[in-house]
Amino acid sequence: MKEGKVQDFVITAVSKPSKGEAGKTGDWRSQTPVIDQDKCSQKESCLLCWLYCPDGVITREFPLEIDLEYCKGCGICAQECPRKAILMVDGRDPSCQ
Amino acid sequence: MATSAAKLLPKEEFILPGTRSCAACGLMLTYRHALKALNPGKTIVAVPASCMTVLHGVYPITPVKVICINNPFGATGAAASGIAAGLKALGHDDYTVLAFAGDGGTYDIGIQALSGALERGANFLYICYDNEGYMNTGTQRSSASPAGAITSTTPILAKLQHKKNMIGIIEAHRIPYIATASPAFPLDLFDKVRTAKSVHGSRYMEVHAPCPPGWGFPNKDLIKMGKLAIDSGIHVLYEIKDGVFKLTSRSLNLAEKGRKKSIAEYVKGQTRFRKINQDQIDYLQHFVDERWSEFVQRHHRTD
Repeated sequence: MKEGKVQDFVITAVSKPSKGEAGKTGDWRSQTPVIDQDKCSQKESCLLCWLYCPDGVITREFPLEIDLEYCKGCGICAQECPRKAILMVDGRDPSCQ
Repeated sequence: MATSAAKLLPKEEFILPGTRSCAACGLMLTYRHALKALNPGKTIVAVPASCMTVLHGVYPITPVKVICINNPFGATGAAASGIAAGLKALGHDDYTVLAFAGDGGTYDIGIQALSGALERGANFLYICYDNEGYMNTGTQRSSASPAGAITSTTPILAKLQHKKNMIGIIEAHRIPYIATASPAFPLDLFDKVRTAKSVHGSRYMEVHAPCPPGWGFPNKDLIKMGKLAIDSGIHVLYEIKDGVFKLTSRSLNLAEKGRKKSIAEYVKGQTRFRKINQDQIDYLQHFVDERWSEFVQRHHRTD
């Protein structure tokens, strides 16, 4: 058997982890979530949007922020928010409204 | 002790944003919380050709921070057995081997390899995410699709047969831990994966993962649909630990309070059931009711 690390003599295709494997998935969006920080409970006992986001693009620190570069705009957070603090607005970028 | 709040889950994300999976993917939500429950630094995942391969990305980039081996469609059980045997030979006892396959790769194509591995008692956790069809290749019928569902291979009559009782087959292998879960109840899912991680031997979990494009409901209703599946009894949350059957979470509440929703309400929101008629709804309702009363009886028997 050869000496050294396995990687030195075994040739395999190994992928490396990185953000944005499918590009900026925010481009997929047709509706954008906007958080109303006044309506949000700002309590750790809620965090339902964070819990239910399939892509995990919502931060867990308050005030909550959504990574719009990668948010696919599915709208689960807006649907599940018990205080209706997240609103889905048409378009990819809420600042262009 | 059951996890009671979202804040108790680990903060770190093991799936980096910008994956190839669809918006509102039930599988991804499942995988996200399953990885939180495991220790991804000490986990090796075996994945067959499925939506999971798509999620895991195209060479040379992957969005998932976990060691993963892509294996042929029918070989998930065999691949996971091999990894477990290799780890044992090298003396790495602290690793968890996770096999993560869809319903096609479990119920149909992968059943031989899985059954063989369970019979040998291979030391791995097998999670089947059941989206009730071959969703990655274009919504073909699988033996997990429910009766009455339109798929691309049952476009006219809808599927006539009921879903296969996979858990019954798994149970016949007498493995130490079997559980069902749903991404609509992530805390319950998290707890079950944690429990499964602590058990030695073959472990099997089945997760009912709603698929918005395949089932035909709006993306935003993913959680609603997952909850409705539990409330109507089409999917039941339970665990079987060393042969002891227990209903858990929402299904336990339902058994105690007895306010189960009807199948008609469940099928209404999904376009895959657009051709279902009253006879078929009754057929499905009868199947679900019968199974539900069996589960409740079993739960009380082992109380």
